Amino acid sequence: HLATSLPLPSERDHLRPRIDLIAFMIDIKSKYSLKNVEASLAHVDASFFLGKVCFLVTGVGRVNYCSVEMNAIWKLGEVYCSPVLFCELELEGIRVATAQRLLRMLQICAGHVPGVSALSFGSLMRNSADD
Amino acid sequence: ENADPRRTAFLLHKQWTLYSVTPLYRFSNTRLRDYARLLSAFIAAEKQKGLAVEIGVELDIKVAVSSLPDLKGSDQDQAAILVQLSLRSPASSKNSEEKLIWLGWFCCVSGDDLSENVPEDFTCLPLFLANGAESYTSIVGSWFQKTFDCCFRRLAISPLNLSWMAAMWTGCKVDKTTSAMELVFSVPCLPQPLDISYAIHPEDAKALWDTVQKTPGEITQEEVDVFMDCLYSHFHRHFKIHLSATKLVKVSTAIASAHCDGIIKFLQSQYLTGVLMLLTELAISQIQ
Repeated sequence: HLATSLPLPSERDHLRPRIDLIAFMIDIKSKYSLKNVEASLAHVDASFFLGKVCFLVTGVGRVNYCSVEMNAIWKLGEVYCSPVLFCELELEGIRVATAQRLLRMLQICAGHVPGVSALSFGSLMRNSADD
Repeated sequence: ENADPRRTAFLLHKQWTLYSVTPLYRFSNTRLRDYARLLSAFIAAEKQKGLAVEIGVELDIKVAVSSLPDLKGSDQDQAAILVQLSLRSPASSKNSEEKLIWLGWFCCVSGDDLSENVPEDFTCLPLFLANGAESYTSIVGSWFQKTFDCCFRRLAISPLNLSWMAAMWTGCKVDKTTSAMELVFSVPCLPQPLDISYAIHPEDAKALWDTVQKTPGEITQEEVDVFMDCLYSHFHRHFKIHLSATKLVKVSTAIASAHCDGIIKFLQSQYLTGVLMLLTELAISQIQ
């Protein structure tokens, strides 16, 4: 399900399936997208931050178009205890690889992978990022 | 700060295209006249090959390479090197007027980060500025690259760095009331390109910056963000457009103007070294 911001409209609440993973997309070329994500985060229930949230930073291929400071993004990942993924949507190979990664994360968050919980996977991702 | 403004006045009010240059191998300050002669021969040879700029008239291009010791940040910095290409009209005598057709200069202002980590035979002059026809820039650049085994790259300035410049330059004290501060934004994802120009009265901009900046002489990323956010929200209140979703492409203040394609114009000799220090830093980060 794609949304430009949160909260989702309440009219369709009863029709909506369970949400297993929220991927917040931040376009490094747009400061506005960061502000939008920051505002939307306030509408997310705390339980999601136990491994069911990730930040997807796009547009990283072109450093010269950078309007968002990297430190602000790292800090966001830290404050909300969620992993930060990077990708470049304009390159098909990276787009496909990122989609596969997200799909895998979704499978874990939905409980389809026995032995791995969303929380344990989340902390695994964060610890490897620190290295 | 000790630079004699008269000696560097010719650098003001010209449009300079910026490049980052990797350290030059076995470059010597004492051989500038030799370099001028060699470069002159190279240009003549390129002309023979048909890579000349003008057609028809026999052109006599005179090359001068000199040092600009005033443009330095610290004592460790290399003195700036200036290359001038002038046209000597063939029909006239030796003492006839020469027309300056191209200017380029290498400099390093407070480039300790780079110069400290570089082996002995290398000279650090990471910033190159060119004014004049691109074809000459290309020829001069090729000669330097061949002779000193260095690499030139266009220096692009990201929107993030441009907003730093906007904030820094707004805070600078200027003697008389000058031109408005102008920010130009390019709107993405449209079928036809659209640019938005946002002009702010310089006193209003300075007043805003003064309320944001906590420690004089120090600027933090947070302060730059607050400054820009204030300008963006003011614009949004009036025009319902989120400038933060667009790309900042040009910043113009009384001190200098900078474009994201790596084009700069210096407007105040008082702040020339200051701006060069920032550009040197950008050049160094592009090299590393």
